[in-house]
Amino acid sequence: MLLQLHDVEKAYDSGAGRVSVLRGVSMAVAAGETVALTGESGSGKSTVLHLCAGLDLPDSGRIEVEGQDIAAADDRARAALRRDAVGLVFQQFNLIPSLDVAANLAFQARLAGRQDAPWVADLARRLGLADLMDRYPEQLSGGQQQRVAIGRTLAARPRLILADEPTGNLDEETGDAVLDLMLGLVAEAGVGLLLVTHSPRLAARLDRRLLLKGGRLA
Amino acid sequence: MYRTALSALLSHWRRHPMQLGSLLLGLALATALWSGVQAINAEARASYDRAAGVLAQDRLEQLVPTDGQRFSQEVYVALRRAGWDISPVLEGRWSRAGRSVRILGIEPLSLPAGAAPQPVAAGGDMAAFLSQPGQGFAAPQTVAALDGADGLPPLTAAPDMVPGMVLVDIGIAQGLLRAEGEVSRLLVAPAQPVGRTPLGEVAPGLSLRAPQAEADVANLTGSFHLNLTAFGFLSFAVGLFIVHSAIGLAFEQRRPMFRTLRALGLPLGALVAILAAEVLILALAAGLVGIGLGYGIAAALLPDVAATLRGLYGAALPGSLSLRPEWWLGGLGIAMLGAGVAAAQSLWRLWHLPLLAPAQPRAWARASARALARQGALAGGLAVVAVLAGLFGQGVAGGFVLLGALLLSAALALPGVLALILGAAERASRGALAQWFWADTRQQLPGLSLALMALLLALAANVGVGTMVASFRLTFTGWLDQRLSSEFYVTARNEAEAGRLHDWLEPRSDALLPIWKIEGPVRGRTAEVYGVADHPTYSENWPILTGTPDLWQSLARGEGAIVNEQLWRREGLRLGDSLTLPGGAERALVGVYSDYGNPRGQVIIGVEDLTALYPEVERLRYAIRIDPEKVPDLRRALVDEFGLPADNMIDQASVKRFSLQVFERTFAVTAALNVLTMGVAGFAMFTSLLTLATMRLPQLAPVWALGLTRGRLARLELVRALLLAALTMVLALPVGLVLAWALLSVVNVAAFGWRLPMHVFPADWLWLGALALAAAGLAAAWPALRLARMPPLRLLKVFADER
Amino acid sequence: MNVRLILVLMVWPFAAIAQGFAGLGQGAEGFATPRPGVALEFPADHGAHPSYRIEWWYLTANLKGEDGRSYGVQWTLFRSALAPETREGWADPQIWMGHAGLTTPERHFVAERLARGGIGQAGVTAVPFGAWIDGWRMQGRAAEGRDELSALSLTAQGTDFAYDLDLTAEGPLVAHGQSGYSTKSESGQASYYYSQPFYRVAGTLDLPEGPIAVTGRAWLDREWSSQPLDAEQKGWDWVSLHFESGEKLMGFQLRSTDGAYTSGTWIGADGRAEPFEDGVLTMTPLGRARVAGRDLPVRWRLELPAKGLDVEIDALNAQSWMETRFAYWEGPVRITGSHRGEGYLEMTGYE
Repeated sequence: MLLQLHDVEKAYDSGAGRVSVLRGVSMAVAAGETVALTGESGSGKSTVLHLCAGLDLPDSGRIEVEGQDIAAADDRARAALRRDAVGLVFQQFNLIPSLDVAANLAFQARLAGRQDAPWVADLARRLGLADLMDRYPEQLSGGQQQRVAIGRTLAARPRLILADEPTGNLDEETGDAVLDLMLGLVAEAGVGLLLVTHSPRLAARLDRRLLLKGGRLA
Repeated sequence: MYRTALSALLSHWRRHPMQLGSLLLGLALATALWSGVQAINAEARASYDRAAGVLAQDRLEQLVPTDGQRFSQEVYVALRRAGWDISPVLEGRWSRAGRSVRILGIEPLSLPAGAAPQPVAAGGDMAAFLSQPGQGFAAPQTVAALDGADGLPPLTAAPDMVPGMVLVDIGIAQGLLRAEGEVSRLLVAPAQPVGRTPLGEVAPGLSLRAPQAEADVANLTGSFHLNLTAFGFLSFAVGLFIVHSAIGLAFEQRRPMFRTLRALGLPLGALVAILAAEVLILALAAGLVGIGLGYGIAAALLPDVAATLRGLYGAALPGSLSLRPEWWLGGLGIAMLGAGVAAAQSLWRLWHLPLLAPAQPRAWARASARALARQGALAGGLAVVAVLAGLFGQGVAGGFVLLGALLLSAALALPGVLALILGAAERASRGALAQWFWADTRQQLPGLSLALMALLLALAANVGVGTMVASFRLTFTGWLDQRLSSEFYVTARNEAEAGRLHDWLEPRSDALLPIWKIEGPVRGRTAEVYGVADHPTYSENWPILTGTPDLWQSLARGEGAIVNEQLWRREGLRLGDSLTLPGGAERALVGVYSDYGNPRGQVIIGVEDLTALYPEVERLRYAIRIDPEKVPDLRRALVDEFGLPADNMIDQASVKRFSLQVFERTFAVTAALNVLTMGVAGFAMFTSLLTLATMRLPQLAPVWALGLTRGRLARLELVRALLLAALTMVLALPVGLVLAWALLSVVNVAAFGWRLPMHVFPADWLWLGALALAAAGLAAAWPALRLARMPPLRLLKVFADER
Repeated sequence: MNVRLILVLMVWPFAAIAQGFAGLGQGAEGFATPRPGVALEFPADHGAHPSYRIEWWYLTANLKGEDGRSYGVQWTLFRSALAPETREGWADPQIWMGHAGLTTPERHFVAERLARGGIGQAGVTAVPFGAWIDGWRMQGRAAEGRDELSALSLTAQGTDFAYDLDLTAEGPLVAHGQSGYSTKSESGQASYYYSQPFYRVAGTLDLPEGPIAVTGRAWLDREWSSQPLDAEQKGWDWVSLHFESGEKLMGFQLRSTDGAYTSGTWIGADGRAEPFEDGVLTMTPLGRARVAGRDLPVRWRLELPAKGLDVEIDALNAQSWMETRFAYWEGPVRITGSHRGEGYLEMTGYE
């Protein structure tokens, strides 16, 4: 199994005391499978994603990526996991503002030491970025920026993509176009996708849908 | 991985060259001033060490006379025969026909092993050195300066010799210094024979003195170098303010990038290591530039420093600078250290903050009320220290504790005081815009406080030092008028000519006043002893500080002596004390006079008294009282009729001009450092404003949206900077005046031996205030201009952006 | 005896270099030169001869403690003139140097002094006899009417030793060469040279472990000249020997590039001097020792067939190295073979 969560719990400190966000979440994503994680705002969708990426740690329960318990791994190992196995696509585009599009696209692949220039060029062409390679992020529209972010993730050839509202900052038309592209490329590359969204319309286009409610899967 | 991440991090600087520039320039400027001052100090220290190392007296014990007078060489022979392994030294100043040099007489055969001066050890002809007319070793520039001087032995240039000194055999020295059979002190070999007779039985008049790590001159000039160091440190501190703010901002702005990098799999340790390396690289680059600049500063200032040290202390410094590792490595080190200190806080925060915490560039520029209170408490504590140091502090060190605590206290108190003022203004203001203006200014204070503190330091130092120099100048020129009351001064070439000159001048002048002197130890240090004629020129003009009413009569009777302020203060003398003159004669102290610009003690007795005590005194110089209008004619007649070379005469105006010139050079260094410090402070202000300008958009955009034009906003920004600078200037003024008082009444007395009356010059403050406003205006102009011309779209984006 | 002359002539330039000056005035211009047929005059000749370039008062003593341990003592005052005159004060061109040595079977103590003439720090007076440099003294205490050198007190101090000795002569002064005119080479260099080899000694040695009462024999050499030696001469080996028979021998060889030149004087128990020429004395090194980084022959065979002499001399302490500005070997020796006794050996020029 590519990604597996066993009874994951997570709580945060807030001004009004401890707030329980996840109360025992178990789920799995297989290789080549696309899974949508839906729920209302504050239901803990993004927390699940952050935990899966090792950006934060669960209070209890296990999270395994390719069989490795990421809670048991140290920071260095989790960083290596993000570099090699996992690709992240955020709602905010999180591009590096001081690098141009070409450098941003190739960035994660270079970080992981897996640069594949023809693949990046192919991605750029298919993402419609070929003419924008020497622009800086601030000179791009939102849709273009998100396409760069997706391209950056795919360029590194991760086995698992974790996406958090990748089209949330885009209008419906642009969002659909970006999602089409991403799903196409995911299918082609055979990677697993866990996509967090609050949009049922978007979720409907994926293999499987999970609903998070009150910190548990419904 | 590291290279990819590093290049991404560095790409930030490529996109923000201004920020990079201010970081590098701030660090480079700080390093430059620091290492420049250190270079000068290192050069001087090396020169003093060389002086101390002459005869290895930094390593050897010495036998010195308890009464400070020279003593008979019979004492030396008696000690040798009693088993003491010692070597005699005779030193003194030789002058003739306006040329003067320090003579050091040694006895090469008995010198302890390794004590032979380097140039002598390098080679030479022993027989020529020992026999008449002898052989002198001196630094090349000294040999050149003494070229053609009558009466000295043939001189050999020796590059390692201390400038201003001629090394000869003791027998030759006794002849040159007219000290036949006399010795100044004895060097004691480290290993002594067994069975010596105790010192007290053989030579009760001598005492054993421990090796002197530093020459006298190093002690004398210590305060001067401390002064320079303090300035260097002040500049460095100002520079660090810039670096701290630039690095802090760069970290804060890149926080989203750090987060992205970590999300993409860069381990935290690697990220911190890369950032630390980045800081080190930047510090190295800036440090190297700074050292280059520092070398330039030092090379430019060194001639003035050398002139100052020569003029004030008689310490000889080479005119050129060498690249000594002790200061350039030190400069590089302090650049690294400074950048490290500035970056430490940011790195520590990065290490401890959770990955998902948002960036807060604005919070970075915000300080809590608690922090302000803490800072205020620290300022209060330092103020107490300053007061205590002012009341109970001793000497130069006490003075500098006072200055340091005062300046730091004032700087730390500044943000709190400004906040209070702005808060009061906010409460007093009526209109909504005015209220917003004051509140917004107060909110900006934390971001600007480092720059304003730097400005305060620079302004206070400027007021303080400026007041000191101007007070000094005023006092000095008045004193010159008193001191140089004669219209014309002549020097004969030899005793025979002096006699003829006297007879020739007598009928042609109103009065002929001898200027005769000897040099010898008074209270253990070399001093000049002058004789003055009984003439109203002195009683009417001489700058007496304190004295008995009949002091001039007492001198004329050969019963009393007056001394200069330096000697008086140094020895803690009181009127009526008995003063032992060279040779052992005692005179009562009847007066004290001011004697600015002289490092050494000076004694004045009656001229008959002088010639009676020292029949061998050189009687070559005279001061001439004459109607000033007749001076040109007298000069011509002296040259044409009498045949005295023009070099041997000088009129009052020329002496004054020369003296003022020495004075100006003395303070040229201080002035230059002052200007540079101001420049650094201005630059700090500029970078801070520039930084704040980009972060302030979210604060300004709503005001703009509510109906203020961009031009109006920009003008308000400009006014704000000017206002803060003006407030800082007003607060710097009292600090500067206390600083001036401390310099004049505490530091100068300890450093130079004289106290100066303090004069204030409000016109100078206006000028300085204008300068501060101009600096602030210039610093604010560009950010304001950018705001005025900003495309509305960028302001709109503030609302579009999620953050 | 020219050996010590070489020593001094070589010592000065070296001493000068050590002090930082090269080439103390060379050449003998203006200086008096020794001439044959000039009789020595006492007590005047016990004093200094400033018109000659170099001069010395050179004493060596073989001593024994109450427990029979052997010791050796050296006391030397050298005079060297920059010009053939004396002056008052520092302008005096006379320069003085003292060497003191004290040898025990295990240790060797050395001290050196330099002084300028003219100020009273060092000098020699003939009547009453006194030679001094700093606190070191060789003071005459002769009875009325006797030779000024017939009785002496002798003292010197180093940083770790001192000695204080009384000397009484039991024989006459001995003139070397032709009535004190001693030629030194075929090219004609010469010196005035006489000795007092008949001293009986009693006194105290101050060593780090405490004072030691000693008695023994001593030998004083007096020599002055103005001429330097040949450049080929590399060094020398010199002995002064007291035999149990009461006879004494002064002998030396000069080592030069083309062989050795030997000479000396046989002194009868009554003080009668028999000078001998080159080739009469044979000196053969027997054993070497490592001293101050060089190999020195500290054991010798000496043969003087005319006197039936065939002896071995052996250093009391092989490490009797005089670590002065110009360093050399000088120490007491024991004599075995055809004659028995004790004496002093000096060696220079071994690199």
